Amino acid sequence: MPELAVPTGVGVFIPLLGAPRLELPLGAVKVSAGFPSPAADYEDRRLDINEYLVRNPVSTFFFAVEGDSMEGAEIFDGDILVVDKSVRPRHGHIVVAFVDGQRLVKRLFRRAGRVALVAENPNYPTLDIQEGQELEVWGVVVGKFKRFGA
Amino acid sequence: MWSASSSGLGLEVSVFALVDCNNFYASCEKLFNPKLKDRPVVVLSNNDGCVVARSAEVKTLGIPMGAPWFKLRDEAKRYGIVAFSSNYALYADLSNRCVEVLSGFTPNIEVYSIDESFLELSGFEARPGGLMAYGAEIRQRVADWLGLAVCVGIGPSKTLAKLANHAAKKNLAGANGVCDFTILSQDVLNALFERIEVGEVWGIGRKINARLEAMGIRTVRQLRDADAELMRTKFSVVVERTVRELRGVSCLELQEVVPEKQQIMSSRSFGQLVYELPELEEAVASYVAKAAEKLRSQDSLAGAIQVYIRTNVFKPEVPQYQRAVTVPLPEASSDTRVLTRWAVRVLRCIYRPGFGYHKAGITLMNIAPATNQQFSLFVAAGEEDARSLKLMRVLDGINGKYGRGTLRLAAEGVEKVWQMRRGNLSPRYTTEWDCLAVVQAR
Repeated sequence: MPELAVPTGVGVFIPLLGAPRLELPLGAVKVSAGFPSPAADYEDRRLDINEYLVRNPVSTFFFAVEGDSMEGAEIFDGDILVVDKSVRPRHGHIVVAFVDGQRLVKRLFRRAGRVALVAENPNYPTLDIQEGQELEVWGVVVGKFKRFGA
Repeated sequence: MWSASSSGLGLEVSVFALVDCNNFYASCEKLFNPKLKDRPVVVLSNNDGCVVARSAEVKTLGIPMGAPWFKLRDEAKRYGIVAFSSNYALYADLSNRCVEVLSGFTPNIEVYSIDESFLELSGFEARPGGLMAYGAEIRQRVADWLGLAVCVGIGPSKTLAKLANHAAKKNLAGANGVCDFTILSQDVLNALFERIEVGEVWGIGRKINARLEAMGIRTVRQLRDADAELMRTKFSVVVERTVRELRGVSCLELQEVVPEKQQIMSSRSFGQLVYELPELEEAVASYVAKAAEKLRSQDSLAGAIQVYIRTNVFKPEVPQYQRAVTVPLPEASSDTRVLTRWAVRVLRCIYRPGFGYHKAGITLMNIAPATNQQFSLFVAAGEEDARSLKLMRVLDGINGKYGRGTLRLAAEGVEKVWQMRRGNLSPRYTTEWDCLAVVQAR
């Protein structure tokens, strides 16, 4: 056994050579030195705008708006629409629709055998879907948003 | 015929479904573009070379998969075929969404390819309406939520599920794009398997198909009833397993965790011929960057790197040159800087001036998990590794947030004149704010 240079004195702790070691992970236990936060029990998740606008992320798509025909429904040029394909379109829903090779945003009218796409601006006529004309309701508009350039 | 209740021994009988998106790439293009309704649409490979996907209208015209686009100019004009470059960002997003929808139907799912997933459905046959109704529900939800059409094939083995999918798609059995082999009688299956060529079976490629035909095995039924032992001696254990799977014995399990890649390749044909070394260096550096990012995303290190360059082999009249060289790295790495340094060094060795290069590529090899790293005897480990790891994490973080290539090594270049030709690329409707589809409020 080699002679070890052992510091001596009161309060010096020296483990035995070859003693079993139990390693404790540092940082696994949180130690706080101050007064415990009185708000700790009331902690909540911060609001997330995705959660507010998007119910079903997998079926939600975004579209950019061009034009002013939906201003009555508070949809303006440059807005971004939140469109949820999993919502079943009903009479009165604002929808994204494909008609005659165009992507449109309109209010869906479906009553008494009449199907039409209604604008929310008196300057634009209602688009009646004629017999034989194809209307594909792509999805239901469930929200909108816009970022300002600030 | 393979119902779970019939196994009196209490053995679990597997039930698989293969869900496959119809004409996936072409359907993705049509989804956002109303002008494409009822029009023939093709999607082209990298560099707009060949047809890699066809809409139903194009299939009806008899245009084959893989047809070179430049040979289709006349048909394109005559039938008004619209061709798109591959928009992988769009296809990948829709593929991921599809997998997410499918995950709502079973906890056990294997993503087999960008447009195919295997679902384990054992136990679901007890639901009212059975698996046909469940398959119809799957189909309906994908159509409602994503606007994509899928076919569902169901069987007691993966091979049979895939075959059932084929039957559903070609309308040979089942109904409305769903086909469940587990409820068909033996007689019905026999008749069906007699009508399907053996080449349609999963895993039977062109070569094996030809050899099977030489043995007189032309139909699925003949293969199913062939001597399994003989198939092993004549071909391989793989073909033997296929025979057993066709009989309803499940030999292939669901691979829920994708095995980590042993090699990562990144290569492209150039949009135009490249003659100069600096341009080649830029191309190679950017391939390394892409491959290294993938490497880090699976927490691995590469032990060797291969670089290759070649001229256009399809133009034998011009001078030809090609070369590939692999170098082992002194120490396994996932650091873009280290890998780029080695790749460029190799490239400089193999580059010969005076040739018009058509393609270059790199392959990361000897890939192993970062946790198994063997440190080199001659390279000091420690601080440098930690710093490299940190830097690469920042690099990936920024590129993940702001788009690939936002932050990159100067070696990748700025202009990228060599970049591939993608003449008619549709917008990345679902992955870039600047690319959103516009709806008219008029």
